[in-house]
Amino acid sequence: MSPAMTSLPDDTTLTDAGLEARGSGRVLIVACGALAREIIDLRDLHGWTHLDLTCLPAILHNHPDRITAAVRETVQKHRDRYDDIYIAYGDCGTGGQLESACAEMGVQMIAGPHCYSFFEGNTAFAKRDEITAFYLTDFLVRQFDAFVWKPLGLDRHPDLRDMYFGHYETLVYQAQTDDPALTERARACAARLGLRFERRFTGYGDLERHLTDWAQV
Amino acid sequence: MADEEDDIILSELNDEELVEQMFDDLYDGLKDEIEEGVQILLERGWQPYDILTKALVGGMTIVGNDFRDGILFVPEVLLAANAMKGGMAILKPLLAETGAPRVGKMVIGTVKGDIHDIGKNLVSMMMEGAGFEVVDLGINNPVESYLEALEAEEPDILGMSALLTTTMPYMKVVIDTMVEKGIRDDYIVLVGGAPLNEEFGKAIGADAYCRDAAVAVETAKTFVGRKHNQLAAG
Repeated sequence: MSPAMTSLPDDTTLTDAGLEARGSGRVLIVACGALAREIIDLRDLHGWTHLDLTCLPAILHNHPDRITAAVRETVQKHRDRYDDIYIAYGDCGTGGQLESACAEMGVQMIAGPHCYSFFEGNTAFAKRDEITAFYLTDFLVRQFDAFVWKPLGLDRHPDLRDMYFGHYETLVYQAQTDDPALTERARACAARLGLRFERRFTGYGDLERHLTDWAQV
Repeated sequence: MADEEDDIILSELNDEELVEQMFDDLYDGLKDEIEEGVQILLERGWQPYDILTKALVGGMTIVGNDFRDGILFVPEVLLAANAMKGGMAILKPLLAETGAPRVGKMVIGTVKGDIHDIGKNLVSMMMEGAGFEVVDLGINNPVESYLEALEAEEPDILGMSALLTTTMPYMKVVIDTMVEKGIRDDYIVLVGGAPLNEEFGKAIGADAYCRDAAVAVETAKTFVGRKHNQLAAG
């Protein structure tokens, strides 16, 4: 096992608690828990042993108003221990507040509105301009109940489904990996929401490009 | 043994008890019970407007307050709204017949690029409950739709809603176009949606940002009252 390899917490832990930094390495990535597996895969693949990772609870995705303060606090907590800190978040519903906070703290973040956009590539995603698509990534397919079904109360009141999703047409599964079992789970999610299913393989998209840049520093 | 709740026969309750029970039923999102309660009050000679304001809006206000305070969440509010909608469907034609007071008129719609209409629908419903005539433009509205509706409907208020940070800037496009055409000050412009805040509302030139449906109703009433006073004074 290479020194860079990390045993990853399970998805539920990444959703609710996130991931603590190891405390070693020159560069710290502060990321959404929904990106933990992808970032660690890339780190291991490229041998970026100097990269450390800490993740905020992925469920903040459902509470974007809490993201900026949580990132700010995490950066402040780790600032003295690393040469550089980077933020693996898009705007993620913060309405520019995260970008302002990052500029103020002098740290870079990922360009783009959210992970759906940077996984596909911001330019390609914007070009699609598809307003009736509901997106899931690998992580969100695995955590569909925690992020979608339960918070919207559909486990208790499935009849509310059309009030939430009546104007959507397609569930787009942005696949970061080739995993037939996960594709079937995504297809089942689409069926539960009453939406047409489409799978798009994105790989790691702009996430890999940003991490590569940050790892070179 | 049957639940105590199951034993309540709405028609056996006096008016006060029935309205209290309707508050509970709205809170629990029980549409059938709300519809039954409305029918009973009508049979007892209540005016449709009184049923709307005292039983339905009264109950929904409690729901709204508990949502604001973090006691209830979106699914419960939706169920309550659905129950209220059932009651309003009975009352609406009667309200038109009985000449219920009209507080003002609002055109409302979700902005271009945004298909999320839960908040807008709640506002529409509560505004109707408060005596406003509401023209609902639905979702994904370009500036032209708003302008056409303003011209055709001559409302007091324009309401715009957005759920996404990527679509909320479009509200400014609409307001700027109204300014360009010299019609901005003819209307009260209210904006709302989860990612918005008061600062954003001010920055884009809206009259007010409304945090939730209850605030939208109160804000609308205040602004319309002010407008009427200005007209009276002028």
